[in-house]
Amino acid sequence: MLRALRTPTLRNSSMRLMSTTAHPQPSIGRFTGKPDPNTGKFTVSFIEGDGIGPEISQAVKSIFKAADVPVQWETCDVTPLFINGLTTIPDKAVQSINKNLVALKGPLATPIGKGHRSLNLTLRKTFGLFANVRPAKSVAGFKTTYSDVDLVLIRENTEGEYSGIEHVVTPGVVQSIKLITRDASERVIRYAFEYARAIGRPRVVVVHKSTIQRLSDGLFVNVARELAKEYPDIIMEEQLLDNKVLNVVQNPASYTDAVSVCPNLYGDILSDLNSGLSAGSLGLTPSANIGNKISIFEAVHGSAPDIAGKNMANPTALLLSSCMMLNHMGLNQHADKIQDAVLSTIASSPENRTGDLGGSATTSSFTDAVISKL
Amino acid sequence: MYKYIISKRSLATLRETVAPKEYGGRFIVTLIPGDGVGKEVTDSVLSIFAAENVPVDFETVDISGNDAADKVNAAVESLQRNKIGLKGLLHTGAAGETDHGSFNVALRKRLDVYANVAHFKSLPGVQTRIPNVDLVVIRENTEGEFSGLEHESVQGVVESLKIVTRAKTERIARFAFDYAKRHGRKHVTAIHKANIMKLGDGLFRNTVAEIGAAEYKDIETSAMIVDNASMQAVAKPHQFDVMVTPSMYGTILGNIGAGLIGGPGLVAGANYGREYAVFEPGSRHVGLDIQGQNVANPTAMILSATLMLDHLGLTRHAERISNAVHEVIAEGQTTTRDIGGSASTTEFTKAVIGKLASAQ
Repeated sequence: MLRALRTPTLRNSSMRLMSTTAHPQPSIGRFTGKPDPNTGKFTVSFIEGDGIGPEISQAVKSIFKAADVPVQWETCDVTPLFINGLTTIPDKAVQSINKNLVALKGPLATPIGKGHRSLNLTLRKTFGLFANVRPAKSVAGFKTTYSDVDLVLIRENTEGEYSGIEHVVTPGVVQSIKLITRDASERVIRYAFEYARAIGRPRVVVVHKSTIQRLSDGLFVNVARELAKEYPDIIMEEQLLDNKVLNVVQNPASYTDAVSVCPNLYGDILSDLNSGLSAGSLGLTPSANIGNKISIFEAVHGSAPDIAGKNMANPTALLLSSCMMLNHMGLNQHADKIQDAVLSTIASSPENRTGDLGGSATTSSFTDAVISKL
Repeated sequence: MYKYIISKRSLATLRETVAPKEYGGRFIVTLIPGDGVGKEVTDSVLSIFAAENVPVDFETVDISGNDAADKVNAAVESLQRNKIGLKGLLHTGAAGETDHGSFNVALRKRLDVYANVAHFKSLPGVQTRIPNVDLVVIRENTEGEFSGLEHESVQGVVESLKIVTRAKTERIARFAFDYAKRHGRKHVTAIHKANIMKLGDGLFRNTVAEIGAAEYKDIETSAMIVDNASMQAVAKPHQFDVMVTPSMYGTILGNIGAGLIGGPGLVAGANYGREYAVFEPGSRHVGLDIQGQNVANPTAMILSATLMLDHLGLTRHAERISNAVHEVIAEGQTTTRDIGGSASTTEFTKAVIGKLASAQ
């Protein structure tokens, strides 16, 4: 009864990682954490990040507090250490995330040229985060060239072109190896089917370039064909990369009922392309990195050192990521409440939008406006 | 036609060295209609050329991507004889269906037509979300992800090799800068993913930067990561001028460009090498789903053919045909389905021929 009174926009919201009891939850990557027996709250590891990280993290904490969300934060530092020639995350952070099973992450600045492997890659490898879920949705109140964009893309997160296996064959000839395995493909494609089921999208679009990469992308497509038999309620479509890009640029609305799943490289590029369609930048984009036991939710934008500390940053991406996290943890009502508040604040007036959305709000005034809408 | 002094070595392909077959004032050119809508759109070109009395004779090689692997040899031999070709796209079956890879890639590699040029320019008369797009994607055709070297090392584990060489990167970089110079363009952006593929794409990015700094000081050089470039291209395409890319990223950016200006039916393309030049639609879609229905937009093929005429030195014919096509599209009365009209392929062709007859 109460459900019928909810704002209709969120019923089929692509932001919802786990739906209400109307749909089954994905059977992989489920959150199994328990609240702290002393406080009744879930402990969540918080990686505040660099640059604007601390400011937007503070916004999230304030809003969560005002909304009475049963979450307590455990701050982690993931400044990488170079141990035995391998980039590693400090032990304390690893233990915290392993214990809490869920983490929220702000933007990290990757040090350039220090020989570090990208920190994001390190996190994914350390915690076995195999699927990256990237919704991209037009936000009411922020007009972009494309309207009614509502895309969801799931990207394989562990292998493919990002295996980092390269060598110089002879001077002037370099080879990079793209690795596709049956296991990793099966994991991410199965997750895509389950996720599509959970959020009520009847199509899964498998993106590939198997005309050129016949064995590797061919394997990916074959795995998808096999798994499609286990999910007869979902339509599986194979789409060549060229066609996917063309169609999504010409008519993004044609993918509103679909979840796209891709190998690593195409997923990386397509997910940023989707963000370009929905928001013109990465500034509003949330994401989830799902592992079998552990999941990390992060805002994908950079650390924006030029506006750090100036109370100008937009915390929307981190807030929407935190809503994905709450859905994942089963705290759907809190997720809905916060998401409603954030989206309606942005839609309300230019005074309540931050500079990147063409408004005049500061980080703190935006946070206050959201709290008042809770 | 070439009104500037540039040393012969600096241009990727020069009319004199290409020496297409000219006999009695007429050129002989290979024609490969291809699969899907290929036959229909190349027929359109043939009608227009006949009406315009263009001094080009076509030697048709009818192969399909579904043929056996050795059938591609006929096409390669014809092109080696004639030096210039106009082709449609050949279908590529999945790994289990055919015993060979893409014939399109095979042709380009065997003839070493290493530079693919696609110019994405908004056409007056075509409704799009973002107006006045004008960008060029120059893509390396013969290595990178399209090397076609794959193996299953252990069951369930497949490796695909992406090869990047300094030599090929240098020549595509020089081609891109030469193109920019020849066409008065100011800025060349290298598209890469060197933060992840540090050696492979790092080599690409660094080589473009070095050549730009050393040999083409009057052209601005920059680099952008491919995912950022894709995002910027859909949101703000006007910041781009010429983009030079390895093979795979060219697919993505090319399709973004096609999507921005109104679809693959509008994009002219050309592949240049040191000895040969092969002209084909810039957005490589076979069009199997609309085959035989007489609805395809032949603009891409016609404009690719005008690029070919330009290359042969038949500039006046090239300009007349190109202008006629642009006028028909701008008038909007006889346009094809993909750009919002209802005319058939043949009706559009007739309209272009009509325009040519009335123009002088």
